[in-house]
Amino acid sequence: MKGDRPRKIVKTIRIDVDKCNGCRACELICSAFHAVPKYSSNNPERARIRVIHQPVRDIYVPVFAGDYTAAECAGRDRYTIDGKEYDECTFCRASCPSREAFKEPDSGLPLKCDMCESVPPLAAPMCVQWCLAEALVYEEREEEVEERAVPDELEVGLEAMVDRHGWQRVVDAVARMSAARTGT
Amino acid sequence: MRYAETGFDLEVDLSTGNVERVATDPRLTELYLGGLGTNARILWDRVPPETEPFSESNLLIFGTGLLVGTPVIGCNRTIVSTFSPQTRLMAFSMMGGFWAPELKYAGYDKVIVRGKSPSLVYLWIHNDKVEIRDAAHLRGKGSLETAEAIRRELEEPKAQVASIGLAGESRVFFASIEQGRSSASRGGLGAVMGDKGLKAIAVRGTGDVNVARPAELIELCNEVLEYIKVRRDNPIPGVMPILAGLGSPQEMAVHDEKWHTENFSWGNSRLRRKDFWTDEVESEWTRTLEGMRTRLISCHNCPMKCAATISVPGLPTYMMKCFSKLTYTMAAMSNLEFGLKIAQRATEYGVDAFSAPQVMAFALELLEAGILTEADFPGMPADSEGRFFWLLDRIVRREGIGDVLADGTHWAAERIGNGAHEYAHNNIKKHEQLPLKLGMLNPIYFLMYSTGEKVNITQIEGNYPQAPFATREEREAFVKDWVHVPDEKFKQYFLDWEPRGEKSIPFYPTVEATCEIVDWQERMHYVDDATGMCAGLSSFPLKPPYHIHNLPTVISSAAGIDMDEDNLTTIARRNRTLVRAVNIRRGMRREDEKPPLDHWKKRFPELEAQLLDAYYAFRGWNEQGIPTAESLRELGLDDVCEDLVRRGILTDHPAGPVQGMSAGGGTVEGSSREG
Repeated sequence: MKGDRPRKIVKTIRIDVDKCNGCRACELICSAFHAVPKYSSNNPERARIRVIHQPVRDIYVPVFAGDYTAAECAGRDRYTIDGKEYDECTFCRASCPSREAFKEPDSGLPLKCDMCESVPPLAAPMCVQWCLAEALVYEEREEEVEERAVPDELEVGLEAMVDRHGWQRVVDAVARMSAARTGT
Repeated sequence: MRYAETGFDLEVDLSTGNVERVATDPRLTELYLGGLGTNARILWDRVPPETEPFSESNLLIFGTGLLVGTPVIGCNRTIVSTFSPQTRLMAFSMMGGFWAPELKYAGYDKVIVRGKSPSLVYLWIHNDKVEIRDAAHLRGKGSLETAEAIRRELEEPKAQVASIGLAGESRVFFASIEQGRSSASRGGLGAVMGDKGLKAIAVRGTGDVNVARPAELIELCNEVLEYIKVRRDNPIPGVMPILAGLGSPQEMAVHDEKWHTENFSWGNSRLRRKDFWTDEVESEWTRTLEGMRTRLISCHNCPMKCAATISVPGLPTYMMKCFSKLTYTMAAMSNLEFGLKIAQRATEYGVDAFSAPQVMAFALELLEAGILTEADFPGMPADSEGRFFWLLDRIVRREGIGDVLADGTHWAAERIGNGAHEYAHNNIKKHEQLPLKLGMLNPIYFLMYSTGEKVNITQIEGNYPQAPFATREEREAFVKDWVHVPDEKFKQYFLDWEPRGEKSIPFYPTVEATCEIVDWQERMHYVDDATGMCAGLSSFPLKPPYHIHNLPTVISSAAGIDMDEDNLTTIARRNRTLVRAVNIRRGMRREDEKPPLDHWKKRFPELEAQLLDAYYAFRGWNEQGIPTAESLRELGLDDVCEDLVRRGILTDHPAGPVQGMSAGGGTVEGSSREG
């Protein structure tokens, strides 16, 4: 049975927090790569990777953005690792209502790491290429996966807007914009 | 659209509480780039030379470098400029870290602070929103403590904070501005900040910094990264480890301190301990550093790890970099554990780790010499370590003898009298220097120490090796991939440079070649100080990723300004000349331009005079070191020229008589001012 499940290549970034030197080049180059036109502007707040850092407590955790979620989770646990206390959010990749990370600063739309998808493909995502400390290492693993529909970017964005503003306002806004465009 | 820069400065008047966002003139960027260049222009334009450092009309400028916030690797510096209470000249200490990029993302190139707040305040810059906030509850708090407290009360863990400790509040002449892992320490900037009643500037920015030609720029950046990897795997052979790699000297990484501990001077920059570094010391100090250093850390967008997080058992964690590792240890004739312990307190107080230990060692020497007495040090412990803690606590509070010492060795000696000046022996222009005492005069360093506007003999070093290599073969191997030279002749100077004999220091490099080498090194520093590039990847180490041949394209692709080597060289000369003019107008003259008397054992007065003459002439300055009318006009600094002529500092005749004035006279220009 097991062998029947589909397998696919999972692209991921292995993170070694002990090697992070806190330079945040990953944030900068991520924002540059995803700028339009490419590399034309820089703003770590638009990055899909963040270094959760508290220098005085020697906490440096690079986290790359995962899926959008409309609801806060119940996770308020704290972990002590090597004598340092981390809250659960430190390791969480979600763009969620309980924190500012992984949202476009202008629109509030969720950001998600796309492994720097481009044509032709890069050898590794830019954050990995720019991490000379090797805290970020690109990995491709073959894994069995559950099949599920991957929502497209527009749908994720719309869903976030609906969560924020409610159905009616989004529908009204689209209608208004559409009317303005067609001049009716 | 403005590229690389935001095109706006934030003007803050602490006397009136007025805050303005002011558009800047793009022509100034073309002329001076930014950072130190535009800071100097503002100080020239807006701070009259008779201005007291501690006065409302003195400005304290936090300027970001032109390329900060772009992907250009290693560009993260804040250039802080003001007039120093200690040298009374322009001070432009700089810091790396994360503050400057945050300010750029908030939408500003500089924060220009004037006036004085009636009560202690801090500035909170959050994009377009700027507030002057009460800081009464932060009075007396440490610099890192303050930063943490501000982040907490603003609920902005990502805010970057530049702050002063108790030393700045007490206007200690060598107070620093601290920023977590970095600091702007030299020249007493923290004292001016304290005088203005400004405890901290917190900033958070979430806006964009644009670049002009992205594809070209990113290709250059990728090349730089690749080159850094190559250099990491290929240290320069034949030089000591701290000079073999990139970055600022990797003091936090290395354990072998034989070179520093045996070649630099201990105590009040007096004692060479040539057999100090034993196996026992090495294993003890290695244990200390391994036990207290939790991580090597970087500045914004830089792969070098020049700093470290230090956790001394029982004390709050702090961050340290470079040679502050050893300054306290060596001044107190103690060990590394003591050095790392006291540096924690000193960092929270916010004092310069070069001046502070020397001031304390100076005090103890005066006590030993009987110039000061036990009565001046009531209750001071007997052991050296205890004494240093005791002195530090008093200096930052200006208590008792601490009040005298808080002015630094020069001014303290002035107040103490009774021959104390002999003990303030390691100063240039009234500013304490690295405790380096050497044998033979080095002509290159003679000029850089004497004439450097930074008044600092560290990190003015450059891309030309500090000492000749032993054999011709080694030299030939070195010049093979030396693409950094602005001109092929530098390779020849180096090939011919011998450790001894006819072609060795002090007479080789020749006077002429010395001027050219100094010019090259200074040029690179002035470019870096304008772009916000860390010297550690550019003007400081041997064979760095950035040099005069690739920097013009880096600048033009990021900032969209037409740039070539000639143009960039002219800008560096213009900035260097403008900073000189600022200092000349404050009264600095040839007589002030000298290294500490005992810096080298073997001095050559005639050669030194020749070197100064030749260097001044090379720079287009007269025999007093004042830029001539002709050279000022050539650089487009006509208004500077007119001002110097109007004040009688320059006469319109090229060889006219020049009035010598001593820097720091207080009312320097009073008699020669117009009207």
